[in-house]
This record gives sequence, C-alpha cells and structure tokens, in this order.
Amino acid sequence: MKTILSEQQIALTVKRLAHQILENSQGLTNAVIIGLQPRGIFLSDRIVAELKILVAGAPIHYGKLDITFYRDDVRKTLHIANQTDINFSIEGKTVILIDDVLYTGRTIRAALDALLDFGRPSKVSLCVLIDRRFSRELPIQPDFSGKAIDTIVSDKVKVNWRENDEKDEVVLV
Amino acid sequence: MKLSTKHLLGIKDLTKEDIQLILSTAEQFKEVLQRPVKKVPSLRDITIVNLFYENSTRTRMSFELAERRLSADVLNFTASSSSAAKGETLLDTVNNILSMKVDMVVMRHSASGAPHFLAKHIPAAIVNAGDGINEHPTQALLDAFSMRERLGRLEGLKVAIIGDIMHSRVALSNMYLLRKMGAEILVAGPPTLIPKYISEALGVRVTYNLQEALKWCDVANVLRIQLERQNQPLFSSLREYNLAYGIKRKMLERLGKDIVIMHPGPINRGVELDSDVADGPYSIILNQVENGVAVRMAALYLLAGRES
Repeated sequence: MKTILSEQQIALTVKRLAHQILENSQGLTNAVIIGLQPRGIFLSDRIVAELKILVAGAPIHYGKLDITFYRDDVRKTLHIANQTDINFSIEGKTVILIDDVLYTGRTIRAALDALLDFGRPSKVSLCVLIDRRFSRELPIQPDFSGKAIDTIVSDKVKVNWRENDEKDEVVLV
Repeated sequence: MKLSTKHLLGIKDLTKEDIQLILSTAEQFKEVLQRPVKKVPSLRDITIVNLFYENSTRTRMSFELAERRLSADVLNFTASSSSAAKGETLLDTVNNILSMKVDMVVMRHSASGAPHFLAKHIPAAIVNAGDGINEHPTQALLDAFSMRERLGRLEGLKVAIIGDIMHSRVALSNMYLLRKMGAEILVAGPPTLIPKYISEALGVRVTYNLQEALKWCDVANVLRIQLERQNQPLFSSLREYNLAYGIKRKMLERLGKDIVIMHPGPINRGVELDSDVADGPYSIILNQVENGVAVRMAALYLLAGRES
C-alpha cells in the first residue's frame, strides 16, 4: 500500500481546485456544481465549502447526480441507485462535474448522458481529485485535476474520506 | 445486491430485503420521473411483452409507461383481439412470442397460478400483473411505497384492509407484504367476503365491524367489490353493502384523527367509497397511481439486472 496523497495534501489540493474553478468561471455567476454519487460527493462537498468562503455569501448552485440508470453495464453488474438532487435549471449554465477518480471515463460518459436529460448546459467541465491518465477507454479528459498518476489495470486506487473511512487519504493498493 | 428471485410471481416469494431494495430503487425512479426528460436508457437492449388475458386500464398503462421510460422495447398483447380467441394455448402463444427474441413477460391472467405455470416452462423472466384471486405483487409494492411515502414507515403501521377480501389478489399480496415488513393488519368486511381461516393462515385480525376497523387503523386500504368473480350472491344488494361497509366522509371526520384512504382502483363510487371520500383530503388514490410507474420501473430494472 502506497500513499499518493496525505490528509494535508488533500486539504491543499481541494483549496487549489476551488481556486481554479473560480478562476475559470468568472466568479461562479453562471456556473453550477454537480457532484457524482456516491463517492464524488465527498470531494464536491469540500470544494463547495471552499468556494463558499471564496465567494463570500454569493449563492452557489450545488447538486448531486446519480448515474446508475445510465451505465453501460446494467447486465454485467447491478448497481444500487443513489439519490439525485438537482433542484435548479442547468439550461445555458456552465456545469462543473466533480468526481473522485477519473479512470476509464465510462462513468463520466454516463454522467454526460444523464446531465443532458436535465437541460442543455452551455459548457460542461470536469474536476477530479485523481486522474489515472493512461487507463482511459473513452476520449474524456479532466479540466481540473488534483493529481495525475500512472497506474496499470491491476492497481487499485482508493480514496478515503474521514466521513466514511476514518481519515482523508489516497492510497494505491 | 440483487433480488433473490428470477421472476416476480408474488410477494410470497420475496424476502424483506427484496422488498426494501425495490422500494428504495423506486424512490430514485420517482425522482427520474420529475425530470424534464423522464426517460433513462437502462433497459435499451431489453424487449418486454405485456400479455393481458384480462381487462386492465391502470396496470397495463402503468407497466407500459414504466417499460418505455426505461427505454425497453414494448409489445402489447390483448387476449380478446388475438389468436387466443381462436383457441391457441397459453404456452403456445408465449413460445411463439419468445421465439421473436423477447426477454421479459408481464402477464395478467384470470386463472390463479398462470404465471407460475409459465415460469416452469419458459426461460424469460416473468412479472405477475395479477393472476385470478392469487396475487398482484406490483400493486402491493406500490401500496407499500405510497404508505411509506405518506407516513414514513411500514413497521408497526396499523393497516385495515376493507371489503372483498375473498376475491382480492390485492388483499393477499398486501397481507404478505405488510406482514414481512412488520405492519399490523386487520381485515374488515362482511363474513361472506372474508375467507374462514384467514386468521390462522395469515396471522391477521378479523372484524365484521367497519367502525371498529376505522377507529383502529392508520391506513384503510379499501378494495373493490369484484362482481365479476362472484358467481353466487354474497350480499343482498350494492346499496346494502354501501350502508354497512361503504366509507363516508362524515365517518372519517367523526374519527377525529388522521387517516389515509387507499384504493387500488377501479372505484365503484357509491359502493365501497363515496365520491367525497375518494376525491377528498384523506385519499391518496392518485398518488398510488403515480407511484405505480416508479415502482414498476424498479421491479423491471432489478429483474433485468439480475440476468448476469
């Protein structure tokens, strides 16, 4: 087991990602944040908390999206659906999708399909904590990435969050 | 996690975990149905036939809508306008349909056990949409979903099932389900419409007194008088039935408590339910219909996902 990001590093990375998102979206005036269920929510919660401090009270549209019903492997493994909660319109908005690990790109493919059923955003960008950059099966790349790592298929990257797994940590198993 | 059964033939065969899984998945589908695009691509590669040997409005439309909202391909079969009218057997009809590469069968039949018979002879997954006087599992699931949505729980809930218990598949499925989920059940109706050994067989309480049932319960699930299944007179007239067992607005107001009125439809207005009850504030009848689509989507999704 090898640590990729420690608790301290994750805190710094989350701060940086929040700044980058803000820098690229003109103070969030036309942007909405959408975290991907289930494990992207831990990261999106942190980023939104940072953003709230940075925009000092301006409202932030923050939703959660579950992509279970859009997966391309329904017949291979049955996944249990989580809650989707998007109570605002994404029509014409810049959507910032947030997930913990970008691996094959299939989850994001499904997320894009799911997202388009809520309206037509003017732009969608992707923010991830870990980018397993040489494992892609679809042409999908992140716009904001915490750390890019080179892994092989048999590697397993695990992102632990203190809400769920005692402490914040990214490890290679 | 997945369902413990390949088919949905009855609530009798489901575990408590199965029921919980279907209800929690249905919650997510209910959210899908609030979106601008109310359709997901999950069952894009699945073809489903709706095999209806008995009349139906709600159930057939609800299943069809659920199937379409899951992006499945849908075939409809109605016995009266098909070769069944020329004398083709059930098994022949189904085998012919399946040879056209159909993956799932949703079936309603007036003979109890028809879907169970089919399940023994064909490889496709079968969903029972009502068989004779046996079971109507998706109705019980949507009833449970609606109760839970309104009252927040099933465990410990006091549910009265009122009316024609004898001929009602909705009653039987509801009793199986509520028992598995830890609710308390009381059945009420005229003695001729309540099976004799129901307490011993299903562990439910029985009363012939409507007032007593209404005073006791949190939820009253009122059943339709099934005249089409009664081949002998079991009560003297519909008017007399209404006087003794029909639910009236005043009765509910006098209770001085919250009560939820449910009905699986179609309603015989002025027989088991008066109009001002069916359309009044106690009724969640239209919520039941709305929830039916989400619950059926969940059942179909989970059964299709089991094919691995």
